[in-house]
Amino acid sequence: MEKFDVIVVGAGLAGLAAAYTLAQAGVEVLVIEKGDYPGAKNVTGGRLYVNPVRELFPDLWKKAPLERFITREGASIMAGERSINVEYCGSELSQEPYQSYSILRAKFDRWFAKQAERKGAMLVSKSRVDDVIIENEQVVGVWAGGDELRADVIIACDGVLSLLAEKAGLRTLGNPKDYAVGFKEVIELDSTLIEERFGLEDNEGAARLFMGEVTRGKFGGGFLYTNKDSLSLGIVVGIKDLMEGSPTVQAPVLLDEFKQRPEIARLIKGGESVEYSAHVIPEGGLKAIGKLYGNGILLAGDAAGLAMNIGVTVRGMEYALASGYYAAQVVMEAKEKEDFTANSLSVYEKLLNDSFVIKDFIAFKEAPTVLDSPRFFKHYPELMGNIMKDVYEVPAGPKDRLYPTIKKYLTFKEMWSMAGDMRKVMKI
Amino acid sequence: MVYGRGYEKGDEDMSELSGLKAKLGLDVFKHDSEPHIRIKPGMEKDPRLKAAVLVCPAGLYTENANGEVELTIDGCLECGTCRIACGTEVLEWNYPTGGAGVQFRFG
Repeated sequence: MEKFDVIVVGAGLAGLAAAYTLAQAGVEVLVIEKGDYPGAKNVTGGRLYVNPVRELFPDLWKKAPLERFITREGASIMAGERSINVEYCGSELSQEPYQSYSILRAKFDRWFAKQAERKGAMLVSKSRVDDVIIENEQVVGVWAGGDELRADVIIACDGVLSLLAEKAGLRTLGNPKDYAVGFKEVIELDSTLIEERFGLEDNEGAARLFMGEVTRGKFGGGFLYTNKDSLSLGIVVGIKDLMEGSPTVQAPVLLDEFKQRPEIARLIKGGESVEYSAHVIPEGGLKAIGKLYGNGILLAGDAAGLAMNIGVTVRGMEYALASGYYAAQVVMEAKEKEDFTANSLSVYEKLLNDSFVIKDFIAFKEAPTVLDSPRFFKHYPELMGNIMKDVYEVPAGPKDRLYPTIKKYLTFKEMWSMAGDMRKVMKI
Repeated sequence: MVYGRGYEKGDEDMSELSGLKAKLGLDVFKHDSEPHIRIKPGMEKDPRLKAAVLVCPAGLYTENANGEVELTIDGCLECGTCRIACGTEVLEWNYPTGGAGVQFRFG
């Protein structure tokens, strides 16, 4: 039996943020990772927004192996046969410090783990944590690959399913409506081709989100991020919608159809798929966040349910980094008091509540309910596509005036429903 | 069940599966001594399992002619979708043992 001050389960962003912060403060911390190396099991869309976490890890960003800083933000509304695209470019996006970067997690997490090790954290890879050890209602350690490992406190950063949180009795199996599944391909493409196709220079990058037909009207959307010399192209779709929503479709078919769309096909042309990955994403918002701590245990990152989709942005990694950081702060306070009971660790909730993490979740607490309407993912994309088609069409005969062209789609009934949806959207 | 559009069901089913196999072939997998996910014995016909056929991004669940759902564990991306969709009353679900299973190089 071995005893450590702190055991972190999972070398993802939350776990590594916790380990990095603790090690920096001289606390003895062991990180246990089931993958071959940190990042081996970790998946993102993905893009990392640095602003909210920049100051929590001031020394980290300069050399971090991030891909491209995002200077072009795109959104596409996709109907069956047509699409409407908006691209936003702003001078602030091209100025340092850059707001967000595309990221590949196997690369980033591996590097981040090295930084944590440099600060003094211990890392054991290829080891799966099988259970928590509970004595007198206090978590006192874990079983990992037949080894009994003890610690004053466990920080469970074992991802969205957090089997550890279930074993510690902090939560039960989640409800499909609170989760989405994301799946993506990494498509290698020459960096000069990427820059030409997306109108980028040097390390500039583009991010695009797609909604509508890409998910056949189900809750979710498509995404595309430019990496240094690859594209991350994928789909996120609500699990409940996928299970029972009509039409019935197998998840992988959505990505294949997406790739075949002419709008996408020309962007990935000549590229070579090098990896296919998938992961569940917590998307239940504030209501789905359960208990974040217990006697001798804290949850951080996806394990704590900290990811959020509000349509225009899909975020999770900043919350993971921040919650890992705050978990570390709580552990250090608890260490001072030599008290690792839930009562002592409850400061965690206060720290998260006072930070951007829970403030964001409160601000956007209506988003999951509001966005859970097929009108946004099916009806409006088709409607807008049809209006655009008629607006741009020049027929053989005389062209109708613009106002009646649009008006014929915007019936009283349609306007009434739109006003209703608008009232809902205003809650976001 | 619908498997995409513009094809006969059989054709699409086949092409879909072969396309997915190629995709999964891009990934690095390390062998595990035993399957980390199992359909619980006697649950093969449970309606809750049918969801897995739709939600699995790796297409590892299929329904056979007897209405039983079957799982091929090779190619599992460990995403967790089947656990959320079907629940643990029908699935015995764990991650592979340490160092086994999918190892993403990009993520």
